[in-house]
Amino acid sequence: MTVSVGLPTQAELTIRRSRGLFIDAWRRLLASWNGRVGLVIVLLTVSIGVIAPIVDPYDPHIDSNLSQARQAPSIEHPFGTDRLGRDVLRRIIHGTRISLTVGVLVVLGSGSVGAVLGMASGYFGGTVDSVVMRLMDILLAFPAILLAIAIVAVRGPGLGNTMLAVAVVGIPGYARVMRSMVLSIRARDYITAAQAVGVKDLRIMARHIFPNALSPLIVQATLGVGGAILFAAALGFLGLGAQPPAPEWGAMIGDSIPFLRTSPHMVFFPGMAIMLSVLGFNLLGDGLRDALDPQMTV
Amino acid sequence: MAQYIVRRLLALIPVLFGVSILVFSLIRMIPGDPVIVMLGERARPEDIARLREQMGFNRPVYVQYIEWLGRVVRGDLGTSIINRTPVMDELKQRLPATIEMVLVAMLIGTTVGIGVGILSAIKQNSWLDVLSMFGALIGVSMPIYWLALILIYALAVNRKILPPSARIDVELTVVRQTGFMLIDTLLMRDLKLFWNAVWHLILPGFVLSTVIMPILARLTRSSMLEVLRQDYVRTARSKGLREQVVIMRHALKNALLPVVTVLGLQLGGLLGGALLTETIFSWPGMGLWTYRAILSRDYPIVQGAVLISATIYVFVNLLVDISYAYLDPRIRYH
Repeated sequence: MTVSVGLPTQAELTIRRSRGLFIDAWRRLLASWNGRVGLVIVLLTVSIGVIAPIVDPYDPHIDSNLSQARQAPSIEHPFGTDRLGRDVLRRIIHGTRISLTVGVLVVLGSGSVGAVLGMASGYFGGTVDSVVMRLMDILLAFPAILLAIAIVAVRGPGLGNTMLAVAVVGIPGYARVMRSMVLSIRARDYITAAQAVGVKDLRIMARHIFPNALSPLIVQATLGVGGAILFAAALGFLGLGAQPPAPEWGAMIGDSIPFLRTSPHMVFFPGMAIMLSVLGFNLLGDGLRDALDPQMTV
Repeated sequence: MAQYIVRRLLALIPVLFGVSILVFSLIRMIPGDPVIVMLGERARPEDIARLREQMGFNRPVYVQYIEWLGRVVRGDLGTSIINRTPVMDELKQRLPATIEMVLVAMLIGTTVGIGVGILSAIKQNSWLDVLSMFGALIGVSMPIYWLALILIYALAVNRKILPPSARIDVELTVVRQTGFMLIDTLLMRDLKLFWNAVWHLILPGFVLSTVIMPILARLTRSSMLEVLRQDYVRTARSKGLREQVVIMRHALKNALLPVVTVLGLQLGGLLGGALLTETIFSWPGMGLWTYRAILSRDYPIVQGAVLISATIYVFVNLLVDISYAYLDPRIRYH
């Protein structure tokens, strides 16, 4: 932080005036160590996910070389090879896209459904509120992983159903956050003023409430991406998520259990990939929470 | 207080009702004909007809639901498609193994988690604090099945420090009374058996405990930091009380209130985590059973297990809320 002496110049005043909530938050994010580290990991993961398929086209169906099966890490294969002789590092790199896609789509899905439900619930109150929140209570009554597994079990294994299941399980979290924000915003004077001059409900929600309720939703969504990656990988591990030969991290671990004794590298590295990417989103989420709402603790 | 409990019990009714509808709908969410999905394409027509009749698929949905609910309330969860035994019987066999593991995980998780949280708060910003909070972050980001495999590799495969699977060594026999290994072995007055059971519980119990440990550590720390800033803590200190008394008697009691709630909510995580842990450690509990049922498309088992888990979860959280209201009288008047 710099300490300025004397009156601010005209230029400084303009800059300060143009700074919005989000630019301030961005600065605070970059000032915190968890925000910085999280941002670096997330950016790195995203770039790997985006660039890898362009630089190195990969077709898991034709990638096998049995003569090279289950080799320990070496210079040629830094993370070793798996039971079909596939390079583990290459598969982890190409698995990044799967995990990120799952994380982002799941959060978009459960976040938007949850936000709309929470918004309606908080804004209209009364019957709408009771019905929506009871529905959320019912979803919350199930242990999350178990409900997700049950949904996938019934609908059949695969990445699409995994995303659906993980998204459904995540809805109540967003709905609750949104609802509590709306409840506190709805009582503000500017909402009463907007209602008094006859602004339509939908417009009030979209223009006046939503932007002000966004901060906690962003935090929840960032942490949610990590959570969704972890969840989807667990389903992949159980053989219910992405199906072979897709290079999905959880499935790679599940596939390698029979070889744990002789080739632990096949289990170790995909797990590290899951942990690091989830850690990135968790750090970023923590950093964002501190940055967007300095008064809030954990 | 009694009024509060009654109010909470009444609020449970719609939730349990919804849970039952959702669980009931599970089988009806199967794409295509559920009977053929369950029995396979090459099933004999008479088997298909029998199962269709048994599941009541040829009657209207609401009749099916009411009949199903009636049976569930009487403790009949249907029969397994594969081995045709009542789901409830198997469940009774399996449940103690899971509860035992979950309780051990809770014991380890709360002791270590809360302990680390307190230490971190007292020594805020020390290397211990930084290290344990970083460890907690790693902990929430780590897949537990991966941790389980790494620990099995490190402690059970090459060096046989801890057993990698089962509840007790195969050559040992335990007379089943309660289904809880630790209790049954004690009832047999055989300490060797008891320690063997403890030995088998350490690894799965620890792995499962990592589901709650980091969350509790972070929460205890922040809640403790909050409380330590309060006036009554300052008063206690200025009275000249020993720091130990201030922390344990004045601060901790209040700091643990939110921890109690979260502990209840995390039971869901533990029950889900138990499925992963049991699968890896071949632990003969509900999780492994559910998982195998999923793979073999034995849906009545999946249905029963999900229903029971949700019910346990809902009731434990009710107990948590009640104990919370007891600990913090302000809650009751909301």
